[in-house]
Amino acid sequence: MLPALIPAIPFLGACILMLCWKRISRSAVTVIGCGSVGLSAVVALIVAATVASAGKQPLVQHVWQWMQVPGFAAGIDFRMDALSVVFTLVITVVGFLIHVYATGYMHDDEDYGRFFACMNLFVGAMLVLVMADNLLLLYLGWEGVGLCSYLLIGFWYKDPANNYAARKAFLVTRVGDTAMAIALFLLFQYMGTLNIQRLLQEAPVLWQKGDPAITLIALLLLGGAVGKSAQLPLQTWLPDAMAGPTPVSALIHAATMVTAGVYLIARMHVVFELSPAAQTTTAVIGAITLLMAGVSALVQTDIKRVLAYSTISQIGYMFLALGCGAWSAAIFHFVTHAFFKALLFMAAGAVIVALHHEQDMFKMGGLKKSLPAVCWVFLIGCASLTAIPFITAGFYSKDQIIWLSFAAAGGHKVYWLAAVLGALLTGMYTFRMFFLVFYGEAKTTVHRIPGPVMMVPLYILSVLTTVAGFIELPHTLGHVTLFSNWLLPVLPAVQMAQDSVVMEWLSQLASAAVALGGICLAYVWVLKRPQGMVDFLSMPGQVWLQGFWKRGWDMDALNDALIVRPFVYLSQINRKDLIDKIYTGTAQLMEMCHNLMARTQSGILRWYIMGVVLGAVAILSVLIWRLHGVV
Amino acid sequence: MDITFIIAAFIAVLATLRVITCYHIMHALLYLVVSLLAVAVVLFTYGAPFMAVLEIIIYAGAIMVLIIFFVMMLNLGLETAENEKAWLRPRIWIVPGVFCFVLLAELLYLILQNKQPAAGIQIVPPKQVGMALFGPYLIAVELTGILLMAGIVGAYHLGRQHKKTLHRFLENNLDT
Amino acid sequence: MNLHPTTAGLLLAGILFVLGLISVLIRRNIIFMLLSVEIMLNAAGLAFVVAASHWGQADGQVMFMFILAMAAAEVSVGLALILQLYHQLRSLDSDEASRMNG
Repeated sequence: MLPALIPAIPFLGACILMLCWKRISRSAVTVIGCGSVGLSAVVALIVAATVASAGKQPLVQHVWQWMQVPGFAAGIDFRMDALSVVFTLVITVVGFLIHVYATGYMHDDEDYGRFFACMNLFVGAMLVLVMADNLLLLYLGWEGVGLCSYLLIGFWYKDPANNYAARKAFLVTRVGDTAMAIALFLLFQYMGTLNIQRLLQEAPVLWQKGDPAITLIALLLLGGAVGKSAQLPLQTWLPDAMAGPTPVSALIHAATMVTAGVYLIARMHVVFELSPAAQTTTAVIGAITLLMAGVSALVQTDIKRVLAYSTISQIGYMFLALGCGAWSAAIFHFVTHAFFKALLFMAAGAVIVALHHEQDMFKMGGLKKSLPAVCWVFLIGCASLTAIPFITAGFYSKDQIIWLSFAAAGGHKVYWLAAVLGALLTGMYTFRMFFLVFYGEAKTTVHRIPGPVMMVPLYILSVLTTVAGFIELPHTLGHVTLFSNWLLPVLPAVQMAQDSVVMEWLSQLASAAVALGGICLAYVWVLKRPQGMVDFLSMPGQVWLQGFWKRGWDMDALNDALIVRPFVYLSQINRKDLIDKIYTGTAQLMEMCHNLMARTQSGILRWYIMGVVLGAVAILSVLIWRLHGVV
Repeated sequence: MDITFIIAAFIAVLATLRVITCYHIMHALLYLVVSLLAVAVVLFTYGAPFMAVLEIIIYAGAIMVLIIFFVMMLNLGLETAENEKAWLRPRIWIVPGVFCFVLLAELLYLILQNKQPAAGIQIVPPKQVGMALFGPYLIAVELTGILLMAGIVGAYHLGRQHKKTLHRFLENNLDT
Repeated sequence: MNLHPTTAGLLLAGILFVLGLISVLIRRNIIFMLLSVEIMLNAAGLAFVVAASHWGQADGQVMFMFILAMAAAEVSVGLALILQLYHQLRSLDSDEASRMNG
């Protein structure tokens, strides 16, 4: 019974809050909102312990038969294997910390209960997604996550810009969802089932490696993953999604939503292994996205948008790892990323609240003195994001990806180069943000010091961010493989093309050096020689280039020109067509008849009597005509 | 053809014509009483003396007196007559008049088609009417009683006037 | 005159009925309309009595009594309605009471 409880408890919390949050007190909302996710986390821990003690034997639970028609059956089936356990733990634990933090962040909001209802629903939908045993249920969770992102990004619905951002997130991810739905149709048509385990077992039997059908399916699945995980070319919704409250951003980026794509590819890894073309596409998309998003993050002025682009970039790393066949490395990076990105977002939220909802980094500065605790946890998060060697979790996960992007069977020198370049960019944009916010001269006064409710989750996450790295250490540094061993029953070990220790050392040194180099560059750029940077940036061409990057490589304009405008044009042509005329004509005819009939209802009694007289004359005339043939 | 009938019929038609052309409502009512009395004579000639008496007592007596009393209560005098004069224009009555005459022509045509052998006027004594009323028509009589009671209650209910009385603090609707 | 007595009675009833109908149609004063309805009812009653004498049956006269009772009830309710109308509109013009138009 336990696995089903994990998503059921947040759903229950969401139901209760949706139905009666206006009638219960704020503290009750807090208890239900946080308590449901916390309880779910406890259950998830128990389930994880059960799975671990049973020798990683998956725990399958059939809750009920959802639909059954000849040739197709789908159930509400949950399956807890090693991969699901990892995701479930991250979602519930990080989700719980974000909920606790949100009680402080959203304290003054009038729609406090609605917020927690949506957050619980979000967590529940994501849990259904990662625990589903068949793709239909997974798709239910997938769409539920999309719905909740819409609700939460547009949470402050009174501002039209927020609604626009919410619609954009919903519609852009919908493009990917459609691709994924087609992939499910194809899978069902070929294999007659949507049960994930059966698919994974039977796919290698049914298809040769590189078969066009499986390539198509893999590419369509990749399309779905690209939409949800905000990768090229569907990444444009994520920066705009910053319109929502900061805890929502933390939840979307760390625990739910954007990691769904990574989960999907990891879960369907057999399909991708059968199609080298799709795998290469995944890696290339990851590599390009991580570079483009990194460059965009360099020039942003809004602190949350920097973090948004950094998420796109880090998910790009995960896609790169998935594309190279380094499955467990991608999941490992997902775990560490969940910790430090939640930490960074919530710390940024603390800064934003402290400065009375100011998000422009150039209006911050010098906050190290006034917000020392936030400064420290932010520094820990930044260090992990930048992958400072040895002491941060980000180093171990990202370093693994960088090394495997070269050394794994699916790796390539170009991938390695992109990953290292991405590490340099990461260092630059992360510490540019850090220095801009916490160093330099103070430009605004602190309005409110974040309380313990907001700070304690940050401390916990700082600890997690630091220690999470030590469960998986590379060969060169101790060789601990707890994490990849854990995932071994689900995800195959990475196939190595090279196994040279010297090369691995060199790769690690290079990535460490570029990360530190990025920090140095950021230091020079922001603090040491700001004037030089200003001069450099005002060079002709630079201004345009900067704006271009800041707008996210003008992907919005491209989409607008390629898709939206032609569509709007076509629909405008089609607006006054014949079929429409039929409908409007019918309506007009009806209206005319109505007016005629309404005129007879004059309210004057004599007219009505006149009607009676005319009727009597007519009836008698007919009577006479029938009797005698005389009119 | 009884001469009494012919005279009574002429009086009835003429008095009714006066009713519908008269401007003054009081004159119209009095002409209507004349018309009803003439109809009562006609009823008598058709062998229904009890009905003739009822016509005089109830119609010409009770109902007409009620209406006359009502008109006197509202004090509708010469100005209503002026109004009537203004309202009764040819363009108002010509079209309904034409239609009504078509109707009348059709009625007369249908009535004159009657080719049944003349049975003469048969007298139906009041006793026979009473037997019918309290025999096969008993339920209808009961229902008529209920109808009359409903008429009384309805008239009472509709006739009440709601007058506004202003209290010091409250505005009450009191029945008067 | 060799007119059949039943036919003559029915002719009188028809003429009276149509006269009442004309009056309903051309009058705007609501009391006149009520009077005209009385004329029409009376004409219908007359036709019933003529039929009763034609067949030698009591049923027609019974109907006349019912019409009489109905006319009494109708006049009492109608007068109450006219009273209300007069109080509300300060007029007896039936065209004034045309607020319920389409």
